[in-house]
Order: sequence, then structure tokens, then C-alpha cells
Amino acid sequence: MDPVVIILFLAIVLLTLVITYFAAKRTKSTGDFYTAGGGLTGWQNGLAIAGDYLSAASFLGIAGAIALNGFDGFFYSIGFLIAYLVVLLLVAEPLRNLGKYTLADMINSRFNAKRVRGAAALSTITIVLFYMIAQLVGAGALIQLLFDIPYWIAVLIVGVMMTIYVLFGGMIATSWVQITKAVLLMAGMIIISFIVLLKFNFNIGAMFTEVKTATSHGADYLNPGIKYDNPLGTISLMLALVLGTAGLPHILMRFFTVKDAKTARSSVITATWTIGIFYILTLFLGFGAAIYVGQSEILAANPGGNMAAPLLAEAIGGNILFAFISAVAFATILAVVAGLVLSGASAFAHDIYGEIVKKGKATEREQMLAARYAALGVSVLSILLSLGAQYLNVAFLVSLAFCIAASANLPVILYTVYWKRFNTSGAVWALLTGLISALVLVSMSPSVFSPVEGTALFVGNPIFPLDNPALVSVPLGFLGGYLGTIFSKEYDFKKYAEVKVRANTGYRSSN
Amino acid sequence: MAQPKLVNEEKNHVDFEKVESSPQFKKLMENKKKFIVPMTIFFLVFYFLLPISTSYGTFLNTPVFGDITWAWVFAVAQFVMTWVICSIYVKKANTFDKDADQIVKEQIERGGKA
Repeated sequence: MDPVVIILFLAIVLLTLVITYFAAKRTKSTGDFYTAGGGLTGWQNGLAIAGDYLSAASFLGIAGAIALNGFDGFFYSIGFLIAYLVVLLLVAEPLRNLGKYTLADMINSRFNAKRVRGAAALSTITIVLFYMIAQLVGAGALIQLLFDIPYWIAVLIVGVMMTIYVLFGGMIATSWVQITKAVLLMAGMIIISFIVLLKFNFNIGAMFTEVKTATSHGADYLNPGIKYDNPLGTISLMLALVLGTAGLPHILMRFFTVKDAKTARSSVITATWTIGIFYILTLFLGFGAAIYVGQSEILAANPGGNMAAPLLAEAIGGNILFAFISAVAFATILAVVAGLVLSGASAFAHDIYGEIVKKGKATEREQMLAARYAALGVSVLSILLSLGAQYLNVAFLVSLAFCIAASANLPVILYTVYWKRFNTSGAVWALLTGLISALVLVSMSPSVFSPVEGTALFVGNPIFPLDNPALVSVPLGFLGGYLGTIFSKEYDFKKYAEVKVRANTGYRSSN
Repeated sequence: MAQPKLVNEEKNHVDFEKVESSPQFKKLMENKKKFIVPMTIFFLVFYFLLPISTSYGTFLNTPVFGDITWAWVFAVAQFVMTWVICSIYVKKANTFDKDADQIVKEQIERGGKA
């Protein structure tokens, strides 16, 4: 292995451990542990959101997808960004005004029912586990390629690092690891894009002309339809992407780290600019890789195209840039999985243990212990699952996580804030219908059943035609919430008046 | 949106229904709705027009500048739209904040009895 790679790799490990050390000293209460005491500023949280959100799937996956599939790869970039308008206009501020640590807190500010909290925790944990397995398996494969070490060691390194951050440094460490990663990642993206553009004298038109002949797709490369030739499938995927973000537990949790709705808003603005610039730059990485690395070489390194960005860095910037981009990819993975561990732990320790089992009566010490045990438990569980999943094609798990978030969490969030008649049974129905329909439909989809051996989990014909079931499961989630509500006589307009006033004014009582 | 001291609420229970039905609060909700609903419909339509038009037609494949086609222009326009809506919303939300702060000060801290 190249010594530069090792040095940068160790530098990142060391830097994040220093961050964790200082964060650990400041983590004294459960509030510090889950939400950094609500003390982050808008730009800090904005960068942390970007760091939490821009996973290796975005950085390496989309660069590869654009390099291999041209315009179709760019669809992801667009969906992942526009999603922040849903977050900004509909979710962030009421969420901040009503919630405390978790999504379930926010819903329970209106209903205060154990079954709602349980259902919300269940959907959070499901999303976190799927997302986490996808990240860890991807990370293992990637680090194996980048640093030339066995898969299981790679997974263990990432797993141990994420456990240390969360266990000792809680949200403070996680946030600063995410901020550091966001800065490094943006720097890496800008450097590569700059070099690519420089080669074309900043003439973007010339780059388009060049890429037209650079791939086996020819002129079609620039047109939509290489990968997504099923119209409903494309629209379904785009629906999951745009609505899913606003229901992802690790993103929602970030809004509790700021002091009020106004700061939550300004963090979404910072995040949207950062993420938007990032996704525009994926274009230069993708095209650059198609031109300077070439599709056959990208595919040879990794059939999913995940090595496109690092290989491009090597092709245009030599070993040093390759080492830097590999280190950035490593930091990217660490920041995302740490955020996931924390949101999974909050669902176990705060929602299930603290609020359901202990009925909100747990002492501060008990809560803190539970939070740490839960963080350890979530980490160990996901490491074990990922070690077993090495040879599974897990790429679809990310879009499944988005789909569950869009189908189960988003309907409940929107109904809780905006629908007067909504009630406890509606909330449980919406969560369970969204969750179960997404899971069942995916288990019958081409991602799980394929007639060609090796392309999916099982060999067979898919019963459900769409890879991503959002087009069906999102309306089902909303419908479930609607029917659950109107079939139950329960309503509480007085409570809704309170929720509405609190959500829109930021007024809080002492809890 | 400052978080006010809680003394008042503890002393005399806030009548949230009264606050909610006050003309001031109703006006705030009306203003928010007038902004957020059309904006949300607009950006969702704008967004889904892209995959719908690329899936069901090829008219976006005509070039605009050199080899850059309408599909790419439309795709980049999605980014521009996102940033523009963000900026407009921030301006607009500042006026919502002022109204909300006023409601907290004038009504809730007096226990919704104003």
C-alpha cells in the first residue's frame, strides 16, 4: 500500500479521535448525547446535515452511475437535492418546534400514546438498519479496494470507529466528524472538478462533445433512458428520493441540535447550498471518469462503478490525489454511519426504554447508560449483519430506506402537523401501512427476485414490477393514515390547537 | 422565535384554542398557507415534469448549445429552482417569525387571555 494513503488514513483516524476526546468531555447529559445540547449554530448544523447525508453512495455511487449511465445517473443527484425543499418548507420548523430527541417525540407531542411511539421507533430502527447495512457493506468493499485489506477487517475498522465516536462523544462528536467530513468532501470534489474543467479550458460544451464519443453508448450517453427504461420505475424512484429525505431518522434528528426553528431553517439553507453544489459537481466527476478512466476500466475495478471517482483522481492527479480522495471516502463513510448509530440508539434507548418501558421516569443516569448500551448494541448488530452480507447485492437497500421513510414517516409527520382530525389510530396505521407495504413490495420486486442468477437475492420472477415501490407504498401510507383516522371516533381538537400554535410559533413549555 | 420564559404558562394555563382562533394567529396561518402550498405544488410539478418528459418522450433530447440538450438544461434548472425557492422562503419566513413572536408576546405569555 502507498505510504501516502496510510498517512492520510491515519490522519483522519487521529483527527476524529481528537474530536471525540474533546466531545466526550462536554457530553454530560442525555441532551448533550442526543442533540449536542441543542447548541449548534445554523452553519454548523447545515454542514453537519451535508456530512450526514452525502454518503459514499452519493460520492462514489453517483459519480460511477454518471460515468456509466450518463444522464440517468444524474437523476439521483436531482432527487436527493430537491428533497430539501420538502424538508425546508414542510418539515424542519414544525419538527424542531414540537420534538425533543426523536421523530417519535414529535408525533407524541400530539398523541402521547405508547403504540404510536412504538410504531415510530420500529420504523426508525428498520430504516436505520437497512441504511446501515448498505453503508457498511459498501464501505467494506470499498476500503478493501482502496487500502487492499480483507473485507471483514475493513468492516471492523469502520464499525469500531463509529462505535467509539457515538459511545464516547455522542452527538457532539458525531456532528464535528460530519462537519469535518463535509469540508474535506467538498474540497475533494472541487479539486477534481477544477482539474477536469481545466483540461477543457472551462468550456463545458467541449466536455459534452468529448464525452459523446468517450463511451460505448455513443451519443445516447447524453440522453436519458440508458438505465431507466421503465417510465413508472423511474417516476417511482424519483418519488422515493424526493419524499424520503424528509423522513430519514438520522436527518430529522439533526434538527434537534439547534436552539430553535429559525436556526433549523438556516441550517437547511446551508445544507441545501452545500449539497446542491456537491451534486452539480458529480457531473464533472462522472464525465471526467468516463473520459479519463474509461468505462471498461471503471467496470473492471468494481461492477457497480464505485471506483470511478478514486480512479479519476489517480488518472488526473496521480497518487497523492488518489490517496486524498480515498481518505475523503473513508471519512465520508465514518460520518454517515455515526449519524445512523446515533439515531438507531435514540429509538432504542429513548423511545423504547425511556418512554415506553420506563414511562418517562428513568433517571438521567439510567437514560445515559441506556443510550450508550443502545449505541453499542446497534453498532454490534449492524457489524454482524454486514459481515454476513458481504456477497449480497445491497445497493437497493438505500433506496428501500428512502422508500420506507417516504411511505411511513413522512405521512405521519405531515398529518401530525397539518391535519386537525388526525388521531392515534391514524398515526399507527400510517406508520405500519407505509412500513409494511414498502417491505412487502420490495420483497416481491426485481431487486430481490431476478430470473438471472447472481443479479438479485433470489432466482425467480418478480411478482411486483418496480424496483422501488414508492409509487404504490407512499399513497398507501397516506391512505392508511386517512382510513385509520376516520374509522376511529377519537379526535382532540383542543390538543391540535396547542400543537398548531406550538408548531407555528415555537412556543414551548418546560419539558 | 425566542423561547420565552415559562413562568406565565405555569401560573395561568394557556388557552391554546383561544390563541388558535385569534385573528392574529389566523392571519399568520393564512399567510403561511398562501406561500407554502403554491410553492410546494410548483416545485413538485417542476420536479416530476423532468422524469415524466424524459420517460414518455424524446423532445428534451434536442440540443440547445452545441451538444448540451434541453434535458440537461432542465436538469440544471432544478438546481437553480431549489436555490431560488430557498432564498425567497428565507425572506418570507422572516415576516412569519415577526408575527409569531408577536403572538407569543401578546397572547401566550398572557395566558391566551388577550
